[in-house]
Amino acid sequence: MHDVLIIGAGITGVSIARELSRYDLKVCVLEKEIDIAMGTTKANSAIVHAGFDAKPGTLKAKLNALGNSMFDQLSKDLDFHYRQNGSLVLCFDENDLDHLNQLLQQGEQNGVQGLMILDKAALIEMEPNLSDGAVAALYAPTGGIVCPYEMAFGMAENAYSNGVEFYFENKVLDIKKSNAGFTIKTNKGTYESKLVINAAGVHSDEMNNLVSDSKLSIIPRRGEYCVFDKEVGSYVDKTIFQLPTKLGKGVLVTPTVDGNLLVGPNAVDINDKDDLTTTQSGLDDILRRASLSIKKMPSHAIIASFTGLRARTEADDFIIGEVSDAKGFINAAGIESPGLTCSPVIGIMVKDMVVDMLKPQEKECFNPIRKGISRFTELNDEDRQNLIEANPAYGNVICRCETITEGEILSAIHRPLGAKTIDGIKRRTRAGSGRCQAGFCMTRVLDILSRELQIPRTEVTKFGGESKLLVGKNKEDI
Amino acid sequence: MQEFDLVIIGGGPAGLAAAVAAKEQGIENLLILERENKLGGILNQCIHNGFGLQVFKEELTGPEYADRFINLVKEKKIRYKTNTMVIDLSKDKLITAVSKTDGILTIQAKAIILAMGCRERPRGALNIPGARCAGIFTAGTAQKFVNIEGMMPGKNLVILGSGDIGLIMARRMTLEGAHVNAVVELMPYSAGLTRNIVQCLDDYEIPLKLSHTVTNIVGKDRLEGVYIAPVDENRKPILAEEEYIPCDTLLLSVGLLPENELSKKASVKLSPITGGAEVDEGRETNVDGIFACGNVLHVHDLVDNVTEESYIAGKAAVKYLKGLRIQSDRIEVKAKDGARYVVPKYINPRNIEKSLDLSFRVKDIYKDHYLSVYFDDSRAIHHKRKIMAPGEMQTVKITSEMLNAHSLCSEISIVIEKE
Repeated sequence: MHDVLIIGAGITGVSIARELSRYDLKVCVLEKEIDIAMGTTKANSAIVHAGFDAKPGTLKAKLNALGNSMFDQLSKDLDFHYRQNGSLVLCFDENDLDHLNQLLQQGEQNGVQGLMILDKAALIEMEPNLSDGAVAALYAPTGGIVCPYEMAFGMAENAYSNGVEFYFENKVLDIKKSNAGFTIKTNKGTYESKLVINAAGVHSDEMNNLVSDSKLSIIPRRGEYCVFDKEVGSYVDKTIFQLPTKLGKGVLVTPTVDGNLLVGPNAVDINDKDDLTTTQSGLDDILRRASLSIKKMPSHAIIASFTGLRARTEADDFIIGEVSDAKGFINAAGIESPGLTCSPVIGIMVKDMVVDMLKPQEKECFNPIRKGISRFTELNDEDRQNLIEANPAYGNVICRCETITEGEILSAIHRPLGAKTIDGIKRRTRAGSGRCQAGFCMTRVLDILSRELQIPRTEVTKFGGESKLLVGKNKEDI
Repeated sequence: MQEFDLVIIGGGPAGLAAAVAAKEQGIENLLILERENKLGGILNQCIHNGFGLQVFKEELTGPEYADRFINLVKEKKIRYKTNTMVIDLSKDKLITAVSKTDGILTIQAKAIILAMGCRERPRGALNIPGARCAGIFTAGTAQKFVNIEGMMPGKNLVILGSGDIGLIMARRMTLEGAHVNAVVELMPYSAGLTRNIVQCLDDYEIPLKLSHTVTNIVGKDRLEGVYIAPVDENRKPILAEEEYIPCDTLLLSVGLLPENELSKKASVKLSPITGGAEVDEGRETNVDGIFACGNVLHVHDLVDNVTEESYIAGKAAVKYLKGLRIQSDRIEVKAKDGARYVVPKYINPRNIEKSLDLSFRVKDIYKDHYLSVYFDDSRAIHHKRKIMAPGEMQTVKITSEMLNAHSLCSEISIVIEKE
């Protein structure tokens, strides 16, 4: 019997898991996919929002600025990349200046610090590559950028090191209320837990609806993005939003914390929660709309495109709390933007609920520190030399575009909750994230995975399931 | 820190030929840096034949062609380091490399030859929409799986792009027991060599769908199929005529990009058209003492051409080291009407002994057109060519007599003319 069972190893689930790992509790996380951060967490704008966007009074508004303020310390404790680059909301029409001011006031009401309106001259001085169409902007110095899956790995690994169990490829099929709590049936087995936390992302309505008559409905909302080569990664320095108008919410242009440029997303409601396809019309649309913000869209430098699904509810707010007709079942549902920014606070909120219910002891041995993978590119030559002397695998460059060494890949595989797939390696180390998109390193990474996990090469997958890369040996069908 | 007269970055066909030429010209203190575990570069996975007809007057496989040069390098006792990746390069010719055995290696070179080759354009460069499932590979990655590792990346294929690697892989996959449904090419003509279309597609009855493209990719975990559609004259797909082809693998052969990230670090000026350095007749870049040859300079059709070009760069680097290169009153060479680019971009006439070959590509298919070379407004060459296609590199020889006759000319241009 577990004390707490968390469904979902996205950023919400692992943030909650890490907070709970401070306590003397038997906690586990069930994840239907093969790895952490495989849903919405892996495909979003990767923005730490300042907090001016949410309507005052909503949970989103309450948690956003607070969440934002936690990133600096968290990124140090958990060793993930975070940069407070600031954000700008561009206004393209003098008639919309009132809206911009309203946004500023809303932000101040939400507790966002340092907001100011910049006139055109100040704006261009700050961001010389902005389009001439921008007449003014709201500047939020506290806006930031982060790598969402790197952050989730940090949270999850730290939770694991502090005693939380993780079970992957466990898809929850049924949840039954029992005397002592809940019985959770998955495709792999049965789990018992006093409390259940629903952090199932776009599937959180289905989990809720297994136990409650107060039904939820998540409408997956597709957002498409294009990623650009690092050669244009500093085309803008701030995260560039567009002031929402009656024509739509606008798309953003932002540097990523890893040094690429990111453009997107659109917003299209779809039916299929597993549909992560990109569309020609969607990609054309985001590039066209983002062109309003910057002088020249560097379309020649696109290296990848992707789709993420937002867990949108009709309530248009986070749904966090115990379900009234299923005591002990806590929802952390409908976590869409600014869910990534709020995730550390959501972790604390849910932890407080659990502490209230189970009254656990705090652990004396909780260690808040997690050390990430040493990134070869970020070291000076002396440190690189020392690293290679200690472990020659750091002298073997596997991914040429991002200069990722075998040492980093081995660390990604053998660390707590290590990588089991090509994408797992990519998200932990960036091998294959560069301009050639794994054309060079795929065969190498595949060989390393096969060797280290002691599985045949035909069993190595891109991201679990049937996503195998090799189908057999030459000539075996002849 | 180590010091070398000449360091060659890349031990593929370009680097090997440049090294051999430099050694033959009397440079002893030279070094080849190669990131793979053996010399030879991409030739090692090109196990098909067709290499060497120009250079050796016989037909060799890729590994055989590479071996000829690897043996020369060994005979001539040219130093090389494998498993060594260059990670930084300055315009002062300071090289930083890394390997398991040497750790961080810093080398000061007096001259450098860039011979890093090229890489394949990935799916993202085309922004093909659809699923991001397993089963989508560049043709070169698939070639490595099949030819080096003996493993099949798929059994039922569609190939997008009719570049030579795509054509070669259509045949290879067929020979290894896979079914190739079609090779799909956006342009109305193939980017590959005619001989490859005949020998790799026609001989195996693999359809080549010109003026078509992949419009959507379908699959959850592994690829299940692709949609293809014909394109109009603006290369926009005609979606009403979309067709679904079930397949487990999509190979991309949609172009090669010279790999110049290191060159950029050394402030080497690159051509926006070729993606390679702007060089003079000795393949010297704008950075003093840094040369470039092979596919890092511009993408070649034949390794034989790479070899010839690399001999030029190797010899010129030696002249540079001996202080014998003359850099004065250089003339710019321009690709005009119908010509897409020309290499070299600059000529220092006093470095030309007898003649000089200009390599260029055309923008479209030209049948029975004239290739003309102008020295300013004066037409010095006017040759009728039966066919000139973008997929086949053209060359034209200009002589020192021509250069002498137009000693005051300010530019040389290549023009494709109807008459």
